[in-house]
Amino acid sequence: MTTPTRPRPKPTPLTEPFWRAAAEGRLVAQRCRGCNTLRHYPRPMCPECHDMRWDWSELSGRGEIHSYVVTHRAFHPFWADRIPYVVATIELEEGLRMVSEMPELTPDEVAIGLPVEVRFEPLDDGIALPVFRLSKSRRG
Amino acid sequence: MTEKTAPFPGRCAIVGIGQTPYTRGTDRTTLELHLEAALAALSDAGLSPDDVDAVMPNEMAGILAEDFIVNLGLRDLRFSSTIRTGGASFVSAIQSACLAVHCGLANHALLVAGRRGYSAQRVSKAVEDTIVPMPIMRTIEEFERPCGNTVAVQWFAQAARRHMHEFGTRSEHFGQIAVACRKHANLNPHALMHGKPMSLADHQASRMIADPLRLFDCSLETDGAAAIVVTSAERARDRAKRPVAILGIAEGHGDPPDSITQKRDMTEIEGLRRAAPHAFGMAGVSPGDLDRAQIYDGFTWITLASLEALGFCDRGEGGPFVEGGRIELGGALPVNTAGGLVSEAHVSGANHVLEAVRQLRREVEPARQVADCETVVVTSEGDFHEGAVMILGRA
Repeated sequence: MTTPTRPRPKPTPLTEPFWRAAAEGRLVAQRCRGCNTLRHYPRPMCPECHDMRWDWSELSGRGEIHSYVVTHRAFHPFWADRIPYVVATIELEEGLRMVSEMPELTPDEVAIGLPVEVRFEPLDDGIALPVFRLSKSRRG
Repeated sequence: MTEKTAPFPGRCAIVGIGQTPYTRGTDRTTLELHLEAALAALSDAGLSPDDVDAVMPNEMAGILAEDFIVNLGLRDLRFSSTIRTGGASFVSAIQSACLAVHCGLANHALLVAGRRGYSAQRVSKAVEDTIVPMPIMRTIEEFERPCGNTVAVQWFAQAARRHMHEFGTRSEHFGQIAVACRKHANLNPHALMHGKPMSLADHQASRMIADPLRLFDCSLETDGAAAIVVTSAERARDRAKRPVAILGIAEGHGDPPDSITQKRDMTEIEGLRRAAPHAFGMAGVSPGDLDRAQIYDGFTWITLASLEALGFCDRGEGGPFVEGGRIELGGALPVNTAGGLVSEAHVSGANHVLEAVRQLRREVEPARQVADCETVVVTSEGDFHEGAVMILGRA
């Protein structure tokens, strides 16, 4: 039996800059060159102004928990010995949302509104996953 | 409203329904189940496969129009389309079938849904190689699945959690829905949960799956298929049984449609909220006129949020609304009188349509027949808050 591995993101030409930045320790999102609107998940067109040009803009990496789920049953073998585990939707300061596993938060600690900040967890094939944890100021 | 949204109110009808037994375990393939249900629906309508000139294969079953052509021997299939909104597909597909029939592209449309949710596509067993891949999942495959957000119960748990946070909704409210559906299933000999009563305490004691959703908040994993036949109101008059009129029908989509976490408001089932006024407007009725509701209930929270999105109660009021037996038989608005996806079977929402037709035909067991049932709303919900709403009435 091989040890089950975490499902890997499979970057596309559109999303590759997001993952490359994450591997370099930066959290980025698309910013429309036409109207400056930030967006995530990556799309080839701005739904506000329909411009197809964009830049990758670095984000603060800070936000708060918008909602969360505590999973008690393993639906994927990688998490079989990690249950219960917390996954949260993070609302970033810039207004975008991202999903993160919260390995440093127990089911008893997690709550909507908690301030969080990003770090990056390197996977073994040059990919790094943005993972959020409680903000340092909060943890004292 | 009327000019814009009422191209065919009452101009189409459901004239045949059919199903396989709903089971946990089957030796048959998904295609065989679909063909069995199709023949049953055609027989119910007094039609033969030769009469079928439109088919609407269901996305989640992975069945093609060509599968029906080669097996039913369809000689002149004139219209086919597959709607790709997951659980919302079945009622949306009825809308497309109505368009085809009303425009004269086809005369008799066959719609089939259902899968082997127990024997093959079983979510809880993490057996994924037999699950039909759905293109809409590509975005979260890349950005959410690596974080452990892998299956529907987790996605909807975050919406339910946020709903609890904003509106004070409680797990007991979800329990009221589960208990109502179980009561109805115990009046339905064909329901998987027939003979298995459940109290609110049982619900609260059921194990947590994806907090805040418990085992008894989840729909069943079942094998089975169900089918209907749609035709024009004119042709419906010649059929074997009393036709059921499609008085209003509409679909709606969420923004963005590819993840619940990205919704501007994840607590609202936007697709249903957008579709409801069109369907009700087409039928010329309001939620207060409805005798019953068949609500697609992949999870109990979906039922609660659907009642809000349809306008049966205000935003955030779904919890108090389901208290006190209101949605049970005998209450003001009986919901899912066959047991729903949580206690009858999960047949991709097609079983909800069959129950609505049976209630309107007066074909159900007397104990769960809603007296004087004249108008029923049926919903389907799928993917990430996509929705479709249909109003059925006695023709």
